[in-house]
Amino acid sequence: MSVESSHTAAPAQPSPATAHVKAGLARRYAAEKRFRLYGIIAIGASLAFLAMLLISIVSKGLPAFSQTFIQLDVPLDIDTLDIDAETAEAVQEGSLPASELRRANYNGAIREALRERFPDVSGRSDRRALYKLVSTGAQYDLARIVMDDPSLLGQRQTLWLPTDDEIGALVKRGADLTQADTLSTRLDDKSIAWAADLDANNEFDVRFNTTFFKNGDSREPELAGIRAALVGSAYTLLITFLLSFPVAVASAIYLEEFAPQNRWTDLVEVNINNLAAVPSIVFGLLGLAVFINFFHLPRSAPVVGGIVLSLMTLPTIIISSRAALKSVPPSIREAARGLGASELQVVFHHVLPLAMPGILTGTIIGLAQALGETAPLLMIGMVAFIVDIPQGITDSATVLPVQVYLWADSPERAFTEKTSAAIMVLLAFLIVMNAVAVMLRKRFERRW
Amino acid sequence: MNDILSPPVSRAGLHEEPTANTVLQEIKATVGTATVENPKMQARNVDVHYGEKQAIFDVSLDIGNNEVVAMIGPSGCGKSTFLRCLNRMNDSIPSCRVSGEMSLDGEDLYGPDLDPVLLRARVGMVFQKPNPFAKSIYDNVAYGPRIHGLAGNRGELDEIVTESLKRAGLFDEVKDRLDAPGTGLSGGQQQRLCIARTIAVSPEVILMDEPCSALDPIATARIEELIDELRQNYAIAIVTHSMQQAARVSQRTAYFHLGKLVEVNDTNSVFTNPQHELTENYITGRFG
Ligand SMILES: Nc1ncnc2c1ncn2[C@@H]1O[C@H](COP(=O)(O)OP(=O)(O)OP(=O)(O)O)[C@@H](O)[C@H]1O
Ligand SMILES: [Mg+2]
Repeated sequence: MSVESSHTAAPAQPSPATAHVKAGLARRYAAEKRFRLYGIIAIGASLAFLAMLLISIVSKGLPAFSQTFIQLDVPLDIDTLDIDAETAEAVQEGSLPASELRRANYNGAIREALRERFPDVSGRSDRRALYKLVSTGAQYDLARIVMDDPSLLGQRQTLWLPTDDEIGALVKRGADLTQADTLSTRLDDKSIAWAADLDANNEFDVRFNTTFFKNGDSREPELAGIRAALVGSAYTLLITFLLSFPVAVASAIYLEEFAPQNRWTDLVEVNINNLAAVPSIVFGLLGLAVFINFFHLPRSAPVVGGIVLSLMTLPTIIISSRAALKSVPPSIREAARGLGASELQVVFHHVLPLAMPGILTGTIIGLAQALGETAPLLMIGMVAFIVDIPQGITDSATVLPVQVYLWADSPERAFTEKTSAAIMVLLAFLIVMNAVAVMLRKRFERRW
Repeated sequence: MNDILSPPVSRAGLHEEPTANTVLQEIKATVGTATVENPKMQARNVDVHYGEKQAIFDVSLDIGNNEVVAMIGPSGCGKSTFLRCLNRMNDSIPSCRVSGEMSLDGEDLYGPDLDPVLLRARVGMVFQKPNPFAKSIYDNVAYGPRIHGLAGNRGELDEIVTESLKRAGLFDEVKDRLDAPGTGLSGGQQQRLCIARTIAVSPEVILMDEPCSALDPIATARIEELIDELRQNYAIAIVTHSMQQAARVSQRTAYFHLGKLVEVNDTNSVFTNPQHELTENYITGRFG
């Protein structure tokens, strides 16, 4: 209203409108400041939550990346190993393959070494407790050592073998093993006393845990590894990407650039948007009913997981690709058309390259979603206990989030740290994926 | 709409304030001669609709060989619409319907035998806003020749690119950075790049929609020189808001008003002796 009156005011005076604006300025700036503050608070809060989450995961998961080894003086004579002399000789000469030694009694050798280290221990139950200091997987390590170098047969060897998870956890923590009653552990006092003795003689060593990256799942926490799940996730995502990216980009291009605007395309559009909102478990049920029960594709396999997940990522990629295509300025299309480019050339020479960064962003969001998805994969049996590393897309496999779910469900303490470690691996996978996408995007942006 | 139709009463030259109806009734037929002796393109009784709305009413106009036709008129009168019909750029607007006859060398533009892709290679277009591709300067100019396979080898392509850039008056400014992105040039340079891109395909007709609206007087003068030079080989239709430009570059001028072609004549006579009251009002600055 004061603006109205400004026309009648004397021109030399500052007009009432100016005064009015001036009076309001302080309030407007204050509002802006307040809004900025809210923004900073919001970002701070979300960063704090993120940091809390990360710190808790990393602090819990880090121990899983190291492993405790025990030093043992193992007698590798053929009697203890229960190998007949001829075989041993033949293998050493090379006339028989080293794999002939696979069946030897490596466990016996380890037990013998333990008995020699603690000669005072007697009695069945005490002995059994003593044997438990060493991981049940140690015999496979020993087997590998002997088969790699058969000339070791008949000698004594000082070897580092993995310990059991409970003892290992105590040593990794750097706990004071001489104060048995202060330790919260399931181990009995005798075992702790042996461990303290070993510790005092520096017969424990904490090393980087290669087993975690080499093995599949296992019932024994110190043998359980992430490899099978990692490879499973990689195969599954590869299938997802190979299926969903071309199909989604092709559909987006068709819908955005070529399809006539009519009731059918409207219907398709509505359905794509709805598809994006369907709970993921429904896709799992569909996968079970159609791909496994009807098409008889193998259960628990990355190929089915990939198909199911690509159904899920399709709408995400389609929607973001369409948005990216739409945001390419129409003047570019006009320019190309004006030069006599065909519709297809307009799209592939000009529109698509400009839309590519947006399409890649959408793809990475879709794939990240797929990487973290558990529910639909449970439905198609990818929740199985997988020890072997999958060798192809039709082998039984599991994926990282399912592995996290499985380990989180296990009672052993060592599986808690594995759970967090698996989450860390999952996050690392995600970061690598994002980095690749960012790199690709940079390349597309640098082309002009 | 109404502000164009009803200029303030205080202005001289109009004895009574015309209503929308009286003006429309005045534009019954085009004043002047719409035809030429050796037409390159012909339009006869063209109507254009955008959905329900009619944008062009019964326009007939020839574009002769080796001549520049200027199209002037107030904003929204349908100049761009008419121009875009001449190389079927309106095909990509779903709501746009064109009726009447249009031809290039006697060949029906909207007939079944004519391929719009081929048509656009023969009838090039320069747009109002410079719209270089997001590619290098070289690739911008080379794009047309490449898709049409006009160059046999790299050497020929280089030749076409340099020649086109030279004719558009841009070569000296960019010869050291042909690999730099076309979008990194100034507005005026971009427009000249777009012109170079258009002439690189060697079209027979060039349509220009306000090509100088983003340019400074020096760049404008250069482009006007270029238009004059291009006239030796091509037929040119140019839309412009600058009467001086129309007077400088064109041989014939067409004045559009509310979708109708009011008057078309030799540029000289349009500007010195307009036949229609609306034309006179416009060029004397009482309109638009
Ligand atoms: N894509 C379109 N859809 C609907 N109507 C349109 C479209 N393009 C133009 N029109 C209408 O057609 C009429 C003529 O537009 P046109 O762009 O041809 O005007 P013009 O003479 O080029 O104006 P200017 O000088 O401002 O560029 C206008 O009323 C405009 O609103
Ligand atoms: Mg226009």
